[in-house]
Amino acid sequence: MQSLRLRAIIALAVVLLGLAFMLPSLPGVKDSSLGKILPGKGVSLGLDLKGGIHLTLGVDMKTAMDNSLARLGDDLKASAREQEVYILRPTVLDESQIEVTLIKGEQKDTFESVIKDSTPFGIEQSTPLEGDKIKYILSVSPKYRSEIEKLTMEQAIKTIRNRIDQFGVAEPDIRKQQDNRIQVQLPGLQDPERAIKIIGQTAHLEFKMVDDSADLKKAQQGILAPGRELSSLLHRQANGSYTESPIVLKKDAVLTGEYVSDAQVRLDQWNTPYVSLTFNARGGKIFTDLTADNVNKRMAIVLDGKVYSAPVIRERISGGSASITGNFTREEARDLAVVLRAGSLPAPVTILEQRSVGPSLGQESIDNGVMSAMVGMALVLAFMVIYYGFSGMVADIVLILNIMLIMGGLAAFGATLTLPGIAGIILTIGMAVDANVIIYERIREELRRGLSASQSVAEGYGRATLTILDANVTTVIAAIILYQFGTGPVRGFAVTLTLGIITSMFTAIFVSRILFDLYLKNRSDNAKLSI
Amino acid sequence: MGLQIIKPDTKIDFVGLRKIAFIVSAILILCGLGSLLIKGGPKYGIDFAGGMIVQVKIDKATDAASVKEAVKEVNLPGLVVQSIGLEGDHEYLIRTSSSDITSEEVRAKINKALTDNLGASFEIQRLEMVGPKVGADLRSQALEALFYAVLLIAVYISGRFEQRWTAAAVMAAALGGCVYGLGLLDLDMGWLILAALFITVGLCWYLKLNYALGAVAALIHDVLITVGLFSIMNKEFDLTIIAALLTLVGYSLNDTIIVFDRIRENVIARQGKMPFGQIINLSVNQTLSRTIMTSGTTLLVVLCLYIMGGSVIHDFALALLIGITVGTYSSIFVASPILYGFGPSELKAAEEED
Repeated sequence: MQSLRLRAIIALAVVLLGLAFMLPSLPGVKDSSLGKILPGKGVSLGLDLKGGIHLTLGVDMKTAMDNSLARLGDDLKASAREQEVYILRPTVLDESQIEVTLIKGEQKDTFESVIKDSTPFGIEQSTPLEGDKIKYILSVSPKYRSEIEKLTMEQAIKTIRNRIDQFGVAEPDIRKQQDNRIQVQLPGLQDPERAIKIIGQTAHLEFKMVDDSADLKKAQQGILAPGRELSSLLHRQANGSYTESPIVLKKDAVLTGEYVSDAQVRLDQWNTPYVSLTFNARGGKIFTDLTADNVNKRMAIVLDGKVYSAPVIRERISGGSASITGNFTREEARDLAVVLRAGSLPAPVTILEQRSVGPSLGQESIDNGVMSAMVGMALVLAFMVIYYGFSGMVADIVLILNIMLIMGGLAAFGATLTLPGIAGIILTIGMAVDANVIIYERIREELRRGLSASQSVAEGYGRATLTILDANVTTVIAAIILYQFGTGPVRGFAVTLTLGIITSMFTAIFVSRILFDLYLKNRSDNAKLSI
Repeated sequence: MGLQIIKPDTKIDFVGLRKIAFIVSAILILCGLGSLLIKGGPKYGIDFAGGMIVQVKIDKATDAASVKEAVKEVNLPGLVVQSIGLEGDHEYLIRTSSSDITSEEVRAKINKALTDNLGASFEIQRLEMVGPKVGADLRSQALEALFYAVLLIAVYISGRFEQRWTAAAVMAAALGGCVYGLGLLDLDMGWLILAALFITVGLCWYLKLNYALGAVAALIHDVLITVGLFSIMNKEFDLTIIAALLTLVGYSLNDTIIVFDRIRENVIARQGKMPFGQIINLSVNQTLSRTIMTSGTTLLVVLCLYIMGGSVIHDFALALLIGITVGTYSSIFVASPILYGFGPSELKAAEEED
């Protein structure tokens, strides 16, 4: 038997530590002078309690792959041209292959060395065609592919983080998940619709020349000259909806959003907002040359495949800036500026899962949770005192300590409290007295057998402790598995349940024993025990 | 001594009541299974089936039908509107199945439809959208969790109850082997869990792990009845219900362990001096007070959670309420009689000699 004093000191130290971590969670303590000297910031609340949005985004990796293969194909074409080797437009076959045709067969060796030296491609297959052409199927290695995937994910996360930062949300949580997914958590947001629009927009900005000589009717039937594409020009109506009209563009973008260094909302002379773009040095030069070469032609400003405007270039535009007009509302213009400043996503993202909770429901959940915890606790406390008398009071004291330790533990480990987490605590209130009940019933049995109070207490604790320990193992196993497989709120439940079981064993077995020993210390052997 | 619900000399013949208990259990299980069969399996919530729910709180009294009428024009697939929470809350859940419409479009449209048609102010409190792919992922994750829980707990209790860790190791190896083999067949996770359960029961029986057999049978009993009652009540299964079921697994075993421990203790203390049936009766009676006290306090708090916890947590609390009640019943009336039925042969033999 360890010395009573030592055990009391250990218990007191643990309880004080728990108290120090728990107190900042209480309203009023955190900001007071006491809150400043206490460790930790109190328990952090989950999105279901403080309100906010939880999003799971899926990155369209196939498009990302196709895009980067197309880019590599263009690079290959350019590198070949430097050696005066000409190839036909490279086309992407599937996620890791492209097809190119070499025009002059005799340049085979030069072309193949270009492929080898300046691209990540390997030659999969080459077939001679009639007219001295050679068709090549090129592919990238799986390692290169996974490299691209990794970069795509990183860039997507960076872009989303940039956008959220610009949008101004406190403590966003953005993390990569398996299967090309990104999880975004935005606490306490008032306008989920807008946030999602800003996060989810690809914002792929391109400038393309308009082919006004093309026949629109034929184009709509699918007859297009090579290197041309059919797109739609948006017209915003007074009620905010859009109508579309067909427009034929030259496929190759002359300039893209990559060269944009800044985007701001401005107002024109009729007070209609528009987005003013500033190019970086290289983009500015390209834009100046482009406008100089194409005076009196139309240039389309394409965002995510839709043409927002297609103004006629009146003169050479120097100074490195352009504007996007489209009868935007002020808010739309501001959001567009945000996404353009933050850069485009490397691939389209889709929202696979969304859970948003309004702040009022969150508060309601907290109030309900606290209310049911209070009432449940009061009932259990009363029940224990009525049933076990003095010993019931001991059980009540350790139960209160237990709840305090759970809260302190949550704060100390930086765990998040969710609504199911609160349910876990409430469940613990009911289950924690189990340890006391087992011990007390055993003590009663020993008393009935005629043992003295202190003997019965010793016997009761001694026999019941092992039973309590391993009866709880199964619940802990279930909780650990829940934690492993669960998501967000369910994890919170697993955490509070596990923590509750551990702290309840400490308080019910260790602390309550100390209280009994203190009570019985100076009493005679035949003292009565109220149990 | 304070109050005593159960008098110390209580002698209820639980083993004698086993036939009635088995009939009650069988009826409950069959009703649940019947409901599951008729309804074509459990009713999945959006977590598992995919789809969308929008929870609105309306300022004045109305009913689900008028809310449904108000949002009808939005043309949502599989539209269901139900009233949730307590009477005076005026909270409604608008549910739709998966579709191509984005969640934000739905939010905007519902907002507009309610503003136009309801003539009361309201608030969209919660919106959850789960895509079909994520739904399928969550479903397999939940099943995987249940599966590993069954696996780990089966191994733990087979070793734990009879201190036969060699048998437990055999159990673990056999279970692992069978599951690996079945896994190669690319079976659905649900079938895998069923298979694992049957293998567990079979192995317990074969290895004569009688205590473990009783515990596992009680566990399956509790979960089956809870799932069945949920199906009869037309409640949906979502992630939190799975959490509740796993908690029940832990709780049910906890209860059974306490009773079985006492049985073992009494078997050792009264080696051969008392028939096994009487030992079981004695042990269940000795622990009855504890069983009822603990279930009582736990049910008390869960009832508080059910009544006052709010709409979001309502079904979770209900699952716990049912499960804990059934779990308490099973540790008294199901687990121990099964142990008696399959009981340690040497003890039964001793009994027959009496």
